[in-house]
Amino acid sequence: MQPKLSVENLYKVFGNDASRALALLREGKGKREILEATGATVGVQDVSFQVDEGEIFVVMGLSGSGKSTLVRMLNGLIPPTAGRVLIDGEDVAAADTARLRGIRREKIAMVFQHFALFPHWTIAENVAYGLKVRGMPESARRERALAVLGQVGLEPWADSMPSDLSGGMQQRVGLARGLAADPDILLMDEPFGALDPLIRRDMQAELLDLQKTLRKTIVFITHDLNEAILLGNRIAIMKDGCVVQIGTAQEIVTAPADDYVAAFVADIDRGRVFTADDVSSEPITIQLRDTPVREALRLMEKHGSQALYVMDGKRVAGVVTYRDLAACEMDASTPSPTIRSTLITDYPTASTDTQLSALYGPAGSGLPIAVTDDNDRLVAVVEPNAVLSHLSGEAETDSPDGQSAEQKEGADVQPR
Amino acid sequence: MFSPADLATLPFDDWVNAFVRGWLVPNFRPTFRAAQVPVSAVLAGLDWFFRWMPMLVTTAAFALVAWRTAGRATAIITVLGFAFIDMIGLWNHTMTTLAMIVTSVLFCTVIGIPAGILAARSDRAWRVIRPVLDIMQTIPSFVYLVPIVMLFGVGMAPGIIATIIFALPPIVRLTNLGIRNVRADLIEAAEAFGSTPWQMLWDLQLPLAMRTIMAGLNQTLMLALSMVVIAALIGAGGLGLVVNTGLGRLDVGGATAGGVAIVILAIVLDRITQGIADGAGLRGLSLRQAVMNLLRLRGTAPGAEAQKAG
Repeated sequence: MQPKLSVENLYKVFGNDASRALALLREGKGKREILEATGATVGVQDVSFQVDEGEIFVVMGLSGSGKSTLVRMLNGLIPPTAGRVLIDGEDVAAADTARLRGIRREKIAMVFQHFALFPHWTIAENVAYGLKVRGMPESARRERALAVLGQVGLEPWADSMPSDLSGGMQQRVGLARGLAADPDILLMDEPFGALDPLIRRDMQAELLDLQKTLRKTIVFITHDLNEAILLGNRIAIMKDGCVVQIGTAQEIVTAPADDYVAAFVADIDRGRVFTADDVSSEPITIQLRDTPVREALRLMEKHGSQALYVMDGKRVAGVVTYRDLAACEMDASTPSPTIRSTLITDYPTASTDTQLSALYGPAGSGLPIAVTDDNDRLVAVVEPNAVLSHLSGEAETDSPDGQSAEQKEGADVQPR
Repeated sequence: MFSPADLATLPFDDWVNAFVRGWLVPNFRPTFRAAQVPVSAVLAGLDWFFRWMPMLVTTAAFALVAWRTAGRATAIITVLGFAFIDMIGLWNHTMTTLAMIVTSVLFCTVIGIPAGILAARSDRAWRVIRPVLDIMQTIPSFVYLVPIVMLFGVGMAPGIIATIIFALPPIVRLTNLGIRNVRADLIEAAEAFGSTPWQMLWDLQLPLAMRTIMAGLNQTLMLALSMVVIAALIGAGGLGLVVNTGLGRLDVGGATAGGVAIVILAIVLDRITQGIADGAGLRGLSLRQAVMNLLRLRGTAPGAEAQKAG
């Protein structure tokens, strides 16, 4: 399948002597040498990636890494010095002014960090801007604007002015303006960067929610790796104008390409990167029937586990722990006890895509967490120890030592 | 002591004389005469209209506009001031002056706003326009009165043309400034949505620059008023003529009466155009207006806050 958006060897050099700087760059000279030799500043160098339809592709980097320049080259706001930007196979970089305008009107919309709402227009007029530019008649425009405002929950504010709205609401309007033209691709340039942390989290959740129904191709720029991991299907990490690593959140966290990425990843809340699926193991189960306690104890001893899931046919009946069973076995009042008497039916559950961070609480109960599929079948279990050891970043070695526990603590308290 | 004049003396004045009298006037006099036709036509129409309108109707109309744009105090000043002008017997002269002012401001707007837009959109145009404006603003107006008389003759229209030259720079400058000061991120947003340069101008740049452009219009209007007396020297009528006549006869009272009428007209026109400019600024979000609104709406502000939160 052809990718929706494909970037090939994209370069941007700011300055008068761009072509010479480009030549030097291709010889492998560094940014600083080039600045000294030609006075030109390298913004983006040799960036290539592909974004599939319906994917959220996050470009993450600190300020000055070239991410804003990169995203502006995707819709031609900044013309690239070299390279190609292909949308549905059509090169944006080579398009003339009229064609570029057409691409911007039909295919690609943008959401800005500081909202960039037009202060002299109402919310509805702002949202309808892309349609107005296209020449859609006013009544149709307004109808569409109201529909999109409804999607972001701002319909009652349609006739307010932007200055009457809070920052979070203004950015919803910015998002609605981007969506109104029904573009294939949405470019989001640090859209939540100017918002309060709480509002930002709401907006992130809302974006993910909207994306479930809209399935837009989104290129999302951020300087916040947590945000990148939360939103991105794939993430590109930029440094000094280069992309240093592209991959899923899990790939980047488990295998950072270099020290720079590793330094970022060290601070990351691993609980939000990994899911139950990453830490689960094969379930050890026993059938309910009239299984004697002794048999269950023997099975646990064999696998060295503290608890055991009990199945009733194909359904989970509950969980039994070694401690309870042992106590039951010791109790002489009931001869030949079965596991039914100590069955705990109030067991913790999760699905395969539950975030690790959501497993902290259940893990605290000490019972293994049942991972079930959509039909309530047990597919795996998560041992409480596995949750903790994975958080420490040492999933393979099963021994959380003092240093890693400290690291986990650090991850917990870091502000988001 | 040596001075450059020992080497050569330049007959600069002769050159200018030769250029204007020997070439410009004989060759282009008909062209310039033709160019003043629209000015004369607009002026004659307005002059007839303002003098035809009964004094009370004109006053009522001005008072109403002043009340709507600048508040009750200005409306009262308008009524009292116009009544005073009528009572000192200068109503017709004032209306002629008003017609001249409106005509020159109209032409200044028609020429100045497009020139300002051009200057704002192209640095090259601005590099050409800017020195021209500098010259227009610094050259004493008496200097160009003579060639204007030579080219256009004497009368009302040449007076208006001198006024246009004098009053044009502020509106060009402030149109340019207003458009250039529109926030870059808004321009970028408009561009990202695929707007054409014209769409950007109409949708974004002109509305957001409107406050600044109106300030330029206000300046142009005031300059035009200050030119009234000078333009009367080359045959323009109205209050300038009253002042000049008083000056010539050493008639202090007559000159003062004309001067006071000019001042009253100036105050009224200034307040009204400023009121319009502030109104345009209300949606253009100036800091001053925002603060004023905040103070004025203090009572309702908590409600607005609650709405935001909900």
